[in-house]
Amino acid sequence: MNKILIVDDEPNILLSLEFLFKKEGFRVFIARDGEEAMGIIKENHPELVILDIMMPKVDGYEVCRHIKENIEGVKVVFLTAKSKQQDVQKGMNLGADLYLTKPFSNKDLVSKVKSLMN
Amino acid sequence: MLSNGLIISFTFGYLALLFAIAWYSERSASRGKKLSSNPYIYALSLAVYCTAWTYYGSVGRAATNGMEFLAIYIGPSLVAPLWWVVMRKIIRISKVQHISSIADFISSRYGKNITLGGVVTVFCLVGILPYTSIQIKAVANSFDILQYSEFNQNLISYPFYQDTAFYLAMGLALFTVLFGTRNIEATAQHEGMVMAVAFESVFKLVAFITVGVFVTYFVYDGFADIFTQASLRGLDHLFVLQGEHGVSEWFWMSVLSMMAVLFLPRQFQMGVIENNDEKHLDKAMWLFPAYLLLINVFVLPIALGGLVHFPVGTVDADTFVLALPIAFNQDWLALLVYLGGFSAATSMIIVSTIALSNMVSNNLIMPILLVNDNLKIKYQHKLSKIVLRIRRVSIFVIILLAYVYYKEISARFSLVSIGLISFVAIAQFTPAIIGGIFWKKGARLGALFGIVAGFVLWFYTLVIPTMVTAGYLHPGLLENGLFGIIGLKPTALFGFQEMSYVTHGLFFSLSVNVILYVVISLFSTQTSKEHNQAVVFVDIFKYSTSLDSSIIWKGQAYLPDLKALLHNFLGEEKTQEVLRDFSIRTGRTIGTKNYADPELVNYSERLLTGIIGSASARIMVASVVEEEEISMAEVLGILRETQELKSLNLALKQKSKELKKASDKLQKMNETLRLNDMLKDEFISTVTHEMKTPITSIRAFSEILLDDDLPEADKKRFLDIIIQETNRMTRLIDQVLDLERFDSGRQELNLEKTDIRILILQTVESMIQIFKEKNIDFNIEIGYDELQLLVDEDRIKQVILNLLSNASKFARNKIVLKTYLKDHDLYLQVFDDGKGVPEEEAPYIFEKFFQAKNQTSKKPIGSGLGLAISKKIIEYHGGKIGVFTKSDMTCFEFILPLQLEHHLLTHSNNADEQNTDSR
Repeated sequence: MNKILIVDDEPNILLSLEFLFKKEGFRVFIARDGEEAMGIIKENHPELVILDIMMPKVDGYEVCRHIKENIEGVKVVFLTAKSKQQDVQKGMNLGADLYLTKPFSNKDLVSKVKSLMN
Repeated sequence: MLSNGLIISFTFGYLALLFAIAWYSERSASRGKKLSSNPYIYALSLAVYCTAWTYYGSVGRAATNGMEFLAIYIGPSLVAPLWWVVMRKIIRISKVQHISSIADFISSRYGKNITLGGVVTVFCLVGILPYTSIQIKAVANSFDILQYSEFNQNLISYPFYQDTAFYLAMGLALFTVLFGTRNIEATAQHEGMVMAVAFESVFKLVAFITVGVFVTYFVYDGFADIFTQASLRGLDHLFVLQGEHGVSEWFWMSVLSMMAVLFLPRQFQMGVIENNDEKHLDKAMWLFPAYLLLINVFVLPIALGGLVHFPVGTVDADTFVLALPIAFNQDWLALLVYLGGFSAATSMIIVSTIALSNMVSNNLIMPILLVNDNLKIKYQHKLSKIVLRIRRVSIFVIILLAYVYYKEISARFSLVSIGLISFVAIAQFTPAIIGGIFWKKGARLGALFGIVAGFVLWFYTLVIPTMVTAGYLHPGLLENGLFGIIGLKPTALFGFQEMSYVTHGLFFSLSVNVILYVVISLFSTQTSKEHNQAVVFVDIFKYSTSLDSSIIWKGQAYLPDLKALLHNFLGEEKTQEVLRDFSIRTGRTIGTKNYADPELVNYSERLLTGIIGSASARIMVASVVEEEEISMAEVLGILRETQELKSLNLALKQKSKELKKASDKLQKMNETLRLNDMLKDEFISTVTHEMKTPITSIRAFSEILLDDDLPEADKKRFLDIIIQETNRMTRLIDQVLDLERFDSGRQELNLEKTDIRILILQTVESMIQIFKEKNIDFNIEIGYDELQLLVDEDRIKQVILNLLSNASKFARNKIVLKTYLKDHDLYLQVFDDGKGVPEEEAPYIFEKFFQAKNQTSKKPIGSGLGLAISKKIIEYHGGKIGVFTKSDMTCFEFILPLQLEHHLLTHSNNADEQNTDSR
């Protein structure tokens, strides 16, 4: 029932996203880096992952590849400050379902995530 | 005893051999194989210097004056090394200017002056004719000696038609015409003649050495024996340098022969006109002296041998070479010697005659013909034929005159000194020539008066006495002087009696010549044409490639006229060829224009110069063009221009080298700039990326705050976050601007005397709380008590704070700050027990946004600009910053010089460099 995982190394951004999606009724998991994210995915099977790219230890691309290669049916939304065309291309090539750039509009993000999950 | 017929057949057989050699060489040359084009033939052809006079006369002279005969060979040998300077220049000038004789050379140098060329020609004739005639005499005498074994010179008593010498002379004239006037161009080389002369040089050398060996080793038992026997007869005085006039005589003879070897018409012909390649001088410079040495080795032995063998007075010493073999019944050897002498005589006659005939036609007859308008118009269309005819006729006339002189006059003269008197005549050209090629100021009038005065004195001091001896003049002239004035005695001017007859003449004629040349040149002005030639001659090595444009000429030439002129001398085919040649060389088309440009006019004039001499060519060309006299200033201006063009060319080459260097440097700089540009791009992209993080938070929370139903506690928390992120943003912007100021060198330090100890303690104070929070064990060790240093307090604090705060982010539980003084430097180190900096990253860690290098993983905390700014601050203070690992602790360290002022003075200069280098 609407389990999502939010991964970001910036505590404040993580906080805002967690607050936002909880308020919308999602069951929210959070991770501060890629490594932690992969553990949570394995344990809690979220349906959708909101993923930053530049993170310590394991970066967002790596997490995305891992998900798409190993787990069926998990949606991936990149949410990152990297806005260059080649970055977007790289993300989509890894099988991401959506690529959004920071800063973002809360409403917009929520509605896109919702439509993806239905 | 050899029969008359045998000798005659050998003589003409030898002549026939010369014809054959010449003919074969010409044929070979026409097939493209020039046998004469090598330094050995060149050196041999120069040996035309050794005539019959030297062949027979050297021994004669040695028999009376001992070693003195060597003087005229020592001079040329001494001066040979100087050929590279003098001869090469003369050759270059002559080749470039198409000069065909010594008269032409002088005439051309002094403004292509007709008078000068004519005067030189006449003087050459007067000077050389007797010389030529003694060659004929030598041949005739040796012929008689061989035939009758009559060793004393007898009077010539046969009519010419019974005289072998006459037929020999005619044979030589025929040879000279055949191989000396084949080509209309006087500058053209006479391959056949050169090869024949080279052969003769070898022949006379072999013959002379053969007789020398015979006398030394067969008649006597080697050199030692001859000298011993001669010594027994009291001939020791001949072994050493002596003579009644002593060493000065040697000196003057050497000087005289130095000039002769360069400027005798035959030497000029062989050395300059027939020279194929300047480089041949290289070898000829030692080959020619070697030849002279070889041919003189046996002179003294033969002379002494003759003196010892023959009773005094029975045999003329001049004939020892022949007399000795005959006396020992070596008829065939005598014949060989005779032919050797014949070869020495013929080569001299042939070459001298060619040279003289060129002068007569080009510098005497042609100018007279061309100056006279009636004659010019009359002969205009067959000039080329006329030139050749003049030359052929003059060859016959010269040889005939020489024969007549020999037959009618020479018997009445004492012949001993005719060769030397000739030398002195030729020496009169030296000032005009040497001055002409090294001294731009040397002027026509100076040359003319010098030469004429020199000749008058030559005639007075050297020729008059011989005429007195011959009975043409009253002996009183010699005894009492002209008009009875003792000071004007021809052989002792102004009472000078210390010198020998020839030296006396040489000294006075040449001195007056030089003085007049120099003085008149100094006080006369040159015409523009003359000055032009002077500059081109003196600076020939600058102009030889751009000559046509260096000869200044202004006016208009109607092309068809010019073509018709060339046509007259060169013929249809050759004219086409040379014009084609011209347009290839200069890249100009000729056919379409009606007017010839100055370069073509100069080119045509040079072509004609080669045919009819410079003065005549000048007249011919002047007749088809309308010339304007141009001013000296213009000449100088244009000459300077050509010269500048040349040096410009050189400078351009240099420049292009420099340009290449510069462009290489530029490329490197460009590369650096490109790299800098990339780094800047990267920097901007990183900065904007870094800014997006706080903005994202601010925006997200702002949107959340828009909801009204937010609990008061959340509202306050979120607003705090927004303020926090805004501060972070501001800090980032400040740092970026900071760094930019440091990078561009615009940052200024606010320097003040500061107590470093207090500064450090204050900085640490602000960190203590954080260390406590993070449970970090912090230690501080300060190795000095009070240290006043001129620094920017806030900036140094900023650096220390940055290092401590970085350490706090990475440290597990221990941080140490150490500071001490060492070698006039202040050290400050911050240790932490964190994971450390990988060695390979150490060099980059102080670059801004270092973490951006590993695109996707980033440093846990911080903007990534702190260390970059710290580095700049320390460098601005003249110090260094670095990182290393020591006993499992990571250490960031900076070093500041204690004499800070000194470093600060130079810092502003370094800042710019660092600006480009550090990125």
